[in-house]
Amino acid sequence: MKPNLKVKIRDLEFKNPVITASGTFGYGLEYSQFVDLNRLGGIVVKGLSLYPKEGNPPPRIYETPCGMINSIGLQNIGYEVFIKEKLPVLKKFDTNVIVNFFGENLSEYIEIALKLDSTDGIHALEMNVSCPNKNSEWRQMGIDPKLLAQAVKEVRKRISKPLIIKLSPQVTDISLMAKICEEEGADAVSLINTIPAMVIDIKTRRSLIGTLTGGLSGPAIRPVALRAVWEVAKAVNIPVIGMGGITSAEDALQFIIAGATLVAVGTANFINPITTIEVIEGIEKFLVEETIEDIKELIGKLNE
Amino acid sequence: MNKYSKAKIKSNVSLKEDIYLITLETSSTQQAKPGQFYILRPDVRLDPFLGRPLSVFEREDNVLKFLYRIKGKGTKLLSNLNEGDLIQITGPLGKGYPLPKDEFIVIAGGIGLASVYYLIKSFPKKAHLFYGVRNKEELLFYDLLKEFSKELCVATECGSLGYQGVVTEVFSQKGLQLNLPIYACGPMIMIKEIGRIIEGKEIPCYVAVEERMACGVGACLGCVIPTNQGFKRVCTEGPVFDIKELIL
Ligand SMILES: Cc1cc2nc3c(=O)[nH]c(=O)nc-3n(C[C@H](O)[C@H](O)[C@H](O)COP(=O)(O)O)c2cc1C
Ligand code: FES
Repeated sequence: MKPNLKVKIRDLEFKNPVITASGTFGYGLEYSQFVDLNRLGGIVVKGLSLYPKEGNPPPRIYETPCGMINSIGLQNIGYEVFIKEKLPVLKKFDTNVIVNFFGENLSEYIEIALKLDSTDGIHALEMNVSCPNKNSEWRQMGIDPKLLAQAVKEVRKRISKPLIIKLSPQVTDISLMAKICEEEGADAVSLINTIPAMVIDIKTRRSLIGTLTGGLSGPAIRPVALRAVWEVAKAVNIPVIGMGGITSAEDALQFIIAGATLVAVGTANFINPITTIEVIEGIEKFLVEETIEDIKELIGKLNE
Repeated sequence: MNKYSKAKIKSNVSLKEDIYLITLETSSTQQAKPGQFYILRPDVRLDPFLGRPLSVFEREDNVLKFLYRIKGKGTKLLSNLNEGDLIQITGPLGKGYPLPKDEFIVIAGGIGLASVYYLIKSFPKKAHLFYGVRNKEELLFYDLLKEFSKELCVATECGSLGYQGVVTEVFSQKGLQLNLPIYACGPMIMIKEIGRIIEGKEIPCYVAVEERMACGVGACLGCVIPTNQGFKRVCTEGPVFDIKELIL
């Protein structure tokens, strides 16, 4: 028996539920030297903006127990270069290409979403609601329910491709935010983004991150992420993409049982570049052992 | 696709106090160029989390060697591994040194030798090596370096061997007028000083830079350094840079 691993977001089919987490897999091509990209359910590329972005001053990363803190500052090559240099190569692979995007304000969010929506070879859009612009009211869109509702609504009504909203964990009730996304027409939600964090060198009394604080990722955040995914999956009917510290099939299966339709491998790519493949193979093996014919039979099937 | 594999440790010995040489047996057929690096990750434990980038010290047949100094948790754990243990290796990564066409100068400071040794060995009797250490106890591979290089000038800060002083002083007295391309690896103050010495001169100078890394393949953008063309990733656009590009 070969179990069915196929899942869907709206009408978009994924050959298996394993995708990559934005910012941890570059533009996909960086990992083609290790991984047959055709085997992935999908590739989520590094957060893209209309114009290239320099990112934050180094040092940008620091290792912490079972994880790391990063403050990349959404450095990216910008829409034009992505379309010219990366997408043509990505298109050659038989996998879903999902573009994670952001803007400096709502009109930029809309503008890049429109461009991505009309570009061939992009299968879905993932909207990162962590707006980096300190001077914009939209900086709060990830944590303010009203702004979130408006942002999702304005983007949704203009685009036709599947729209995924990437949620921030910095809220009291993440399932409320997910419900808002669903009500405003999002096709899926993905979570969690990194958790704000800090590390200090006691001799110099300086932060070890250039921007003083950064975002924590990796296995250190996994139990927090798992619980968030469980809460959200109970609250909404659209698919949930679960992520946060997944390093193995066992980790991924926990997210699926908690209610995730898809799972994303992030920071784990850094410690083992073939994690995605190991997770796909491990999920398939588990289904065979448990005689589960279809992955959908496992999604959200937590015994309570 | 054997850039990621498990290698078996043949030996892992302390050469001098906190300086170790680890020798791995690998089935990977990937050839490595001088100046390239691998990311070594001891085992399946998640703490310490990331692997550690180490310059290729030597690559021959199925053997890979790395020279490292214990600096923190990761290298400490590495130093505790034993013969027969398996270790995860990813590489070779990064751009190596542009290969020299004829004679060249090497300036190595302390453990910076790890990055240039393979270059010196690959071009026997072509390197004018300026090698600086704090004291003669820290000096490594003296006989071999003497054999492989065309000229070896050692500088010790305390004067316990060779010239007394910092290696850049010896270089500016004896090496600069040779007008040969320079390959350098060492602490930042050494690199800065080299930059100052050759400023305005038309001598090519390639330096290997160190930075904290996560992915090692250009994906995470965590290892960038400022250059005169904006941020560049040490792991893929380096670790070897033309000194003129760097903002020192
Ligand atoms: C270096 C790095 C860069 C990231 N960049 C982005 C990004 O551009 N956009 C985004 O939505 N999330 C970004 N993330 C967050 C990840 O996609 C993911 O949500 C988070 O790291 C948790 O998953 P993990 O623990 O498996 O990495 C980044 C994470 C890391 C570690
Ligand atoms: S270590 Fe990830 S980009 Fe260099």
